[in-house]
Amino acid sequence: MESVEVAVVGAGPAGLSAALAAAGQGACVALIERDERLGGQLVKQTHKFFGSERQEAGVRGFAIAHGLAEAVAAEPAIEVRLASTALGYYSDKVIYLEEPDGLVKLRAERTIITTGAAERMLAFPGNDLPGVYGAGAVQTLMNVHGVRPGSRVLMVGSGNIGLIVSYQLLQTRVEVAAVLEAAPYVGGYLVHAAKIRRAGVPILVSHSVKEALGDREVRGAVVQRLDSAWKPVPGTEVTIVCDVICLATGLTPLTELAWQVGCKMCYVPALGGHVPWHDEDMRTTIEDIYVAGDCSGVEEASAAMVGGRLAGLSAAASLGHDRGVAGKKQAAREELAALRAGPTGDKIRKGLARLRGAGGSG
Amino acid sequence: MSESRCGPSETLRRTGVPTEADLAGLRPDPARVAGPVAVLECFQRIPCDPCAASCKRGAIAPFADINDLPVFAPEKCNGCGLCVARCPGLAIFVVDETFGPGEALIKLAYEFLPLPERDGAVVALDREGRPTGQARVVRVQRPKSKDESAVVWAAVPKSLASVVRGIRVEEGRLAHEASRES
Amino acid sequence: MRIADHPILEFKKGRSVKFTFENQEFPGYEGEPVAAALLAAGIRVLRESPRLHRPRGFFCAIGNCSSCLMVVDGVPNVRVCVEPLREGMRVERQKGHGDIRWSPSK
Repeated sequence: MESVEVAVVGAGPAGLSAALAAAGQGACVALIERDERLGGQLVKQTHKFFGSERQEAGVRGFAIAHGLAEAVAAEPAIEVRLASTALGYYSDKVIYLEEPDGLVKLRAERTIITTGAAERMLAFPGNDLPGVYGAGAVQTLMNVHGVRPGSRVLMVGSGNIGLIVSYQLLQTRVEVAAVLEAAPYVGGYLVHAAKIRRAGVPILVSHSVKEALGDREVRGAVVQRLDSAWKPVPGTEVTIVCDVICLATGLTPLTELAWQVGCKMCYVPALGGHVPWHDEDMRTTIEDIYVAGDCSGVEEASAAMVGGRLAGLSAAASLGHDRGVAGKKQAAREELAALRAGPTGDKIRKGLARLRGAGGSG
Repeated sequence: MSESRCGPSETLRRTGVPTEADLAGLRPDPARVAGPVAVLECFQRIPCDPCAASCKRGAIAPFADINDLPVFAPEKCNGCGLCVARCPGLAIFVVDETFGPGEALIKLAYEFLPLPERDGAVVALDREGRPTGQARVVRVQRPKSKDESAVVWAAVPKSLASVVRGIRVEEGRLAHEASRES
Repeated sequence: MRIADHPILEFKKGRSVKFTFENQEFPGYEGEPVAAALLAAGIRVLRESPRLHRPRGFFCAIGNCSSCLMVVDGVPNVRVCVEPLREGMRVERQKGHGDIRWSPSK
């Protein structure tokens, strides 16, 4: 049976950063990824990143992913396992991996779970029709596989994902009929909203989708206005012609592994749903298990990279590795605090306060 | 020095389009600034600071807190447009109200295809994407790196210097129709 | 439906291959997800739901949601959004749960 000091499950921005940080402290790392490539959702991001220089502000997301993947490839202490799905974590710290050649047992002293999050579904008649796609799906098709998802898209959700994917659709010359937002305010950064407004895309706040139209595939949608109590206002239905309804109404953390291991899970809406309880070192209630990135609380890629780095440093430190680890952990915590300090960090700060308030007793 | 503002207006937060109130104080004061100068249409406190590092003349102050709004000194700005190419939000424009008789020049970031041709005509758009007439393409600066945006220099009627913030290349519509048939 | 030019990205595709869908031949690129090749050909209905026979396509496109299950080379329940396309693949719409063939001798 193979064995490593640190196993990282999920090679998106958090996992890549965790693996590099742990290896940088001298730990021997296995980076496990079920996809055929590294990078997670980062490879699909064509916009220039926000944050500060330390988190590669101004660099396009996919370039950041490329840089992280290259750094991992250049790091001999990291063993990359692609097309490798973690099936479960069992006694004696053994992870079972499903790989093309069969089942592999990997023993890991510490495990960092960085499995990310997935698109939430929205309930409305016709929501199972071909043409109703998650925003991540639309991004994958456009930016990874070079295929347009359709010719006219209705975007549901005006958070950063909805606004960014709308802009990316315009860049592939797909029309965006409108962006719907159930709340009375635009959800994401106003600069993202301004970009698509300048391109003539309407943003309809206090609106939601009532039903999808079409027998076999999406041919249109009925949208409706919501009142201040978020209830549909009768008589405000409007039909919008479209062949894709793109759902960007939030992400839900992918936490199957954390549940299976037995981590204490807390339901915190501000963090996206059920997340594993974790302390300031990103450690869960199970001593050898750490978490980072969206599966620990839905946030942004910049925070995922710093959180992943912190988890990697913490895991390595707990094994006795120390190449200035205390200072580096402190720096990471300060970067996270800076990213979360402004008004756009309100939600995550409240969510984490609620999480910590829930206590860490197992 | 730009004055501190009290946050994005209610309308901006609902529509994504800045109002006169949001834009007040951004328009370069012709008494103090002649020639091209940056206009930073950045109204919301988000963690973001690449504009300060991009300016070679120190016209955008280094950020104490990355969530702050940029602090801009127009008298130090020469309108070079580096910040236009680098801003992740595509929120910076360079405006030159003295460009020519009756004409103002707008430099804006452009990330669509096809890129317009120099000396060609494009549709000038306002902040809601509504056409306001034609603009003449004076220059197209291709990005020097993958992380920069192309910058288009568009000449518009002087009266529209504070209005035009986007362009549309007409050929794009034909390409869209072609994609609908495929 | 394929993006020929993009303002920021370049797409590296594998070699051109042919596959069949419902006995009709279609072009694609080796290694891309079957669902992407089908979508590029304008095919969005991938299967029928088990009870109500409703048309279904993909949803998440990264192998999470199981909406895109099709029969590939006779094997049912293949998540075509992550299944790499190979030359000569036979792709069919799956009706309902699919027919799993199992070999007692294995």
